[in-house]
Amino acid sequence: MTDAAVAALPATASRPPRSQWRDVWNQFKTHRGALVGAAVFLIIVLLVFAGPFAWPYSAELIDIRARNQGPSLGHPLGTDQLGRDMLARVMAGGKVSLAVGITAMALAVTFGTTIGVLAGYFRRLDNILMRFTDLFLALPLLPLLLVMVMLFRERLASTFGPAMGIFLLIVVSIGLTAWMQTARVVRSAVLAVKQQEFVLAAKSIGTRERRIVLRHILPNVLSPIMVSATLGIATAIITESALSFLGLGFPPDFPTWGRLLYDAVDYLQQHPERVLWPGMAISLTVLSVNYVGDGLRDAMDPRIRGR
Amino acid sequence: MLTFIVRRLLLAIPTLVFISIVIFLLLDLAPGDPLAQMPLTIPPEVREKIRLSLGLGEPIHIRYLLWAQQFLLNEPLHFIERLTGLNVAVDGQRVISWQTRSPVFDIIAQRMPQTLWVVGLSYVVGVLIAVPIGVISAYRQYSWFDQIGTFVSMVGFSVPTFFTGVLLIVIFAVHLGWFPSIYDTTHRVTDWNSFVFQVRQMAMPVAVLALYNAAQISRFMRSSMLDNLNQDYVRTARAKGLRERVVILLHVLRNSLIPVVTVIALGVPTIFAGAIITEQVFKVNGLGQLLITAIYANDIPMVQTLTFIFACLIVLFNLIADVLYGMLDPRIRYD
Repeated sequence: MTDAAVAALPATASRPPRSQWRDVWNQFKTHRGALVGAAVFLIIVLLVFAGPFAWPYSAELIDIRARNQGPSLGHPLGTDQLGRDMLARVMAGGKVSLAVGITAMALAVTFGTTIGVLAGYFRRLDNILMRFTDLFLALPLLPLLLVMVMLFRERLASTFGPAMGIFLLIVVSIGLTAWMQTARVVRSAVLAVKQQEFVLAAKSIGTRERRIVLRHILPNVLSPIMVSATLGIATAIITESALSFLGLGFPPDFPTWGRLLYDAVDYLQQHPERVLWPGMAISLTVLSVNYVGDGLRDAMDPRIRGR
Repeated sequence: MLTFIVRRLLLAIPTLVFISIVIFLLLDLAPGDPLAQMPLTIPPEVREKIRLSLGLGEPIHIRYLLWAQQFLLNEPLHFIERLTGLNVAVDGQRVISWQTRSPVFDIIAQRMPQTLWVVGLSYVVGVLIAVPIGVISAYRQYSWFDQIGTFVSMVGFSVPTFFTGVLLIVIFAVHLGWFPSIYDTTHRVTDWNSFVFQVRQMAMPVAVLALYNAAQISRFMRSSMLDNLNQDYVRTARAKGLRERVVILLHVLRNSLIPVVTVIALGVPTIFAGAIITEQVFKVNGLGQLLITAIYANDIPMVQTLTFIFACLIVLFNLIADVLYGMLDPRIRYD
């Protein structure tokens, strides 16, 4: 954590100046699993977002004469019970699943970081905010999520339209139930950074608290935030798929990976391969993201870095 | 230690009150109408009477207190009555499910054994697999066993249970036909054959949950072992000539188990939540499946009670984890 401060000093004449992010990258590169994970994740993101432009079939195109086909050249992943191309549907589902994962993670991390920084920096708020976090940690999250989605689905769907309403509902409910770990990690990091001399120096030249937090504290606790953000994507994707799998996620004409898996379970006997594609997509994404998170954690830890 | 437990128990009360209020308010603010599924031919005044009989006429704080009285006072009294035959709960109103019009706790008591068997067994199996894997992985760090073990635990931790479950059904029930894909709850174990059938139908759900649990616990076990293997006391134990097996199994393992035991205790309530999905996959009619059907049917008392029970489990196991930590680790004393 002192690396930013060290790097800001004039470097010793012989060596080129080292930046913190260069160090992080060098360490990250040595973690093979993380590199592979990052590559796989990027490929998935690229396929999901750019793929539909290159693929002739749309996810909604119903071709009833070509229904229930197995994998073939024209339809590499086959077609579903309405003759919709599975590859197009998996790509469309991935777009929603990834969007939900990333947005929900962003919400959870923003919320968690705010709570964590406030609790860590302002002693007065610490106790009450951490009790609040503990209370949230004691909530049974999956049942509550199910209840929330069930209860507010209709109302939001009528206000924002079926797709957008459910998207907002799922993102907000996942975000609201996933911020606690981030808050705790950030708080402990802030508590450690707060004691250091450069914060004291900033205080003594009369920097305002808001500026100290934003310019001095926050950049130095970025590493735990990034790690929990990465892992947060994985949890959010799994949670969304679980909700869809239980039939409480997106509506049926709106594919997500979890929803595709849920629909495919009905045809398990006849077309077992249809379960595989969305399931593999979820698993591969989550696995790669978790590996990236592992690698980032090692790379960001100055005690491990350089060993 | 006793004062610590008492203090924690007292602290748990406001937590539980807060959680029950959150659950109650969330369900109360919901737009769903419990009478929505009744026939439209019911005249409005009768409809109003049904609403009153369901207790929907009172203001919200009264209803909350009534629910609390039913949950915390009448239900335990009924339980005592059933247990001892004493007539203590004469006319106490029990929590009634809107769906079945029978007491919620009776239904929960029916569903509990299935969940406990599947979930409990899978947790035990998971721990039994995870601990040796974690120990060997750490002891032979970076060996092929460790590489494979870490990879498998990463996979088990990343692949969601609803996919592993469905995958197992595809392989072992559809293709190979070894295990039934649907859990038969009415099955009674009476002789050897029915016992074998019970084992076969439990194999897949238990395997799915056990893999997931083992993946998480073995990661903790490995890192905890790694932390301890470099400690000075290990060198001392080796230096005084103890055999390697004694050093690892007696000295290192016992110390590394301390954090792992608390993780295991903390994991118990999350397992119940995870079992919601597994029960849905294998059609086990346990508590999780009960919750899902209750949510679909707008059965608010049932959902409230089940969610609150889950919350109580979380608080209880947090307490157990803390107490265990204090008991196992002599460096930690709460008084």
